[in-house]
Amino acid sequence: MPRLNSPAELEKHRQQIKSSGDPEMPCVAICAGTGCLASGADRVIEAFRDEIEKQGLKAGVRIRETGCPGFCERGPVVVIYPEEICYLDVKPEDVPEIVTTTLKEKGVVERLLYEDADTGERAVHESDIVFYRNQQRNLLENNIKIDSRSIEDYFAIGGYSALAKVLSEMKAEEVLEEVKKSGLRGRGGAGFSTGIKWEGSRNAEDDTRYVIVNADEGDPGAFMDRALLEGNPHSILEGLIIGGYAVGAEEGYVYVRQEYPLAVTNINRAIKQAREHGLLGENILGSGFDFDVIVHQGAGAFVCGESTALMTALEGRAGEPRPKYIRSNIRGLWNKPTVLNNVETWANVPLIINRGSGWFGRIGTEKSKGTKIFSLVGKINNTGLVEVPMGMTLRDIIYKIGGGIPGGRKFKAVQTGGPSGGCIPEKLLDLEVGFDELSQAGSMMGSGGMIVMDEDTCMVDVARYFIEFLTDESCGKCVPCREGLRQMHRILTNITKGKGKEGDIETLEELAETAVEASLCALGKSAPNPFLSTLKYFRDEYEAHISEKRCPALYCRDLISYYIDPEKCSGCMLCLKKCPVDAIEGKKKQVHVIVQEKCTNCGTCLDVCPSKFDAVRKLSGESRGAGQNE
Amino acid sequence: MSKILLNIDGKEVTAQEGMTVLEAAQSAGIFIPTLCHHEKLEPFGACRICMVEAESHGRTKLVVSCVYPAEEGLVVRTRSEKIDRIRRTILELLMAHAPDSEQLKELAAEYGADADRFEKEGSFCIHCGLCVRYCAEIKKKNAVGFVDRGTRKEISFVPEIALKECENCKECFPLCPTSYLQAAWVLVKALASDGS
Repeated sequence: MPRLNSPAELEKHRQQIKSSGDPEMPCVAICAGTGCLASGADRVIEAFRDEIEKQGLKAGVRIRETGCPGFCERGPVVVIYPEEICYLDVKPEDVPEIVTTTLKEKGVVERLLYEDADTGERAVHESDIVFYRNQQRNLLENNIKIDSRSIEDYFAIGGYSALAKVLSEMKAEEVLEEVKKSGLRGRGGAGFSTGIKWEGSRNAEDDTRYVIVNADEGDPGAFMDRALLEGNPHSILEGLIIGGYAVGAEEGYVYVRQEYPLAVTNINRAIKQAREHGLLGENILGSGFDFDVIVHQGAGAFVCGESTALMTALEGRAGEPRPKYIRSNIRGLWNKPTVLNNVETWANVPLIINRGSGWFGRIGTEKSKGTKIFSLVGKINNTGLVEVPMGMTLRDIIYKIGGGIPGGRKFKAVQTGGPSGGCIPEKLLDLEVGFDELSQAGSMMGSGGMIVMDEDTCMVDVARYFIEFLTDESCGKCVPCREGLRQMHRILTNITKGKGKEGDIETLEELAETAVEASLCALGKSAPNPFLSTLKYFRDEYEAHISEKRCPALYCRDLISYYIDPEKCSGCMLCLKKCPVDAIEGKKKQVHVIVQEKCTNCGTCLDVCPSKFDAVRKLSGESRGAGQNE
Repeated sequence: MSKILLNIDGKEVTAQEGMTVLEAAQSAGIFIPTLCHHEKLEPFGACRICMVEAESHGRTKLVVSCVYPAEEGLVVRTRSEKIDRIRRTILELLMAHAPDSEQLKELAAEYGADADRFEKEGSFCIHCGLCVRYCAEIKKKNAVGFVDRGTRKEISFVPEIALKECENCKECFPLCPTSYLQAAWVLVKALASDGS
């Protein structure tokens, strides 16, 4: 393990690594990120090991366990190099065929390729797949190219060259200037200018400064930061060391949630490797700059993603935000100037140094630069992580990359920005994604959550769900958040249960105003967004629930009933047999009837009714009464 | 220490550097309601009832006066339609827990708060933290603390410490705006005698 004492030694080491490997040597890259592992990637990896050995290819094929390339919907993902053949949904039993056909005979296993839903065409290479084709993966592209456990792999793709450049050629002020000029804004939520934040810390009068990676990713359904930290931990580390140099910090922290065990393991391993190579510790690359990193595992409180709560937790106290009116880049951790940035923000830093602020500034919109990783989930065909230039429209993300809505259902809304983001309706689908654009639409960028909802989603219930999450995650310190959210949740729950009353909307609006204006931290201040945005764009749904006791999306269980259309029912007995509460009466070849008093609205009858009959219907509101009387 | 000139409710107020807006107002005899504030304790900023409008450099924002530092030239308004509405809502939210608190009832009368607006949840404690912070900061005993988080958070005596320290102290009792602290104390003593 060589300690690298200068940028020249690093370059030499890099060249040695590159020349020791044959670029034409076949390599099986298998995603070993959390998503693919959950779909059985570990067994696929095992199967490749066994099969390659069995077929006598062990000496000539490399197996690479990689980070997440993003297409989690179709995992386990396998890419065979040098041809870059991409196989999806790979199972252990597919492995012998892949080894024989692709590795030995250089052919393609057609059935494991991506098939375009519209044209039926198969895509051989990763870059041909529509999901990837419309992305710009500056940050995620390396995940599949390196073994996330190998610092050599990171060196081979040019790793730590930005750090070497900074330490040997740039003054701290020049690094600051470059980051400022790039227009990079924080990827964690508020979208504050990274360069200005750094500059504030550098200029604050103090001897000690800190830099922190916020990896306390807690938004439901969001896993951008996990993918980066698991898949390419050295890129985060390199960004952090550069940040430490720029602001004058000698100590950095990675605050990562305990629920990300693989990310914790990988970043710890990366830190150990970096220390061994002299990239952390004293006199980094012979520059005289000292810097080291400590990993701190969060205990699972969502609010600890809030910067001051995170710092309080790092200090060893209960993770509650601070009431102070002073920015933490001036007085943060242990009252010292502290720069806290999100994982994705740090990952952008080496790219900006290597490729220049001009390159970065050309990507994106006027005020939102670079790419952004979104976690595209919900009612969408291609679930996964997508990295796109800022300024791409929501429509393009959802339809061109995400492949639209499954099951022929209609799009209804997309929720961006995590639980305290907002729901954006169809009429705003041509909105270009950017910090300010999303805020103006009543939502926010947040850390990049994007949940697609179809016509079967009840927007009142969506608001209730997110407010419930936030009520549960409130730290409980200030009244507008702790008590205000509790009451908002109670009222929203009542509305979805048909117990809404006149005046509820106004009460909710007043509670929302109190939380937005008077809460202590960003959690409380943004918590009413799910309610406010759904009220703004879907007010008619609130009114239907309250005044007509009707759920237009036919979702709220207390407001719907099931009804068997006598014209369509053939008396097949299927629903009658499957009904868990024996609420269906009828005989073979006789029309079945649901006894509403017994029915619990579980929906089993609708699920089991054969599509050729399609006799069970959901009703809500007035029509529900009509259905019941028949 | 240098002097700062600010304007509160149209009145020129001279404050010392390092003072909060609340302290500046109090020094000039201007009343701002508080629930979690105590002059001997570190600012907590939890009840948010002391919220005021602060205008500086042409920008107006809502801030909590118990934390916000007095600044030269700051223009402060302690009442407005919006401030009153927020204070009223805060009081109504707290009265769902402690409808009989004299301190809350007094403020409710001032701000027109309806004690019955929200469904009652008789937990009595309003989480002002006065007992917890007084015991930690002044007495340095930590005989009472917060347990759990969010809406499940509550105060709790630490029996091992409380049974030794509290009987002869009880200095935090008069600070409690409800009767919850006393009730918790009675309970901790009862449980101790029952268990021994």
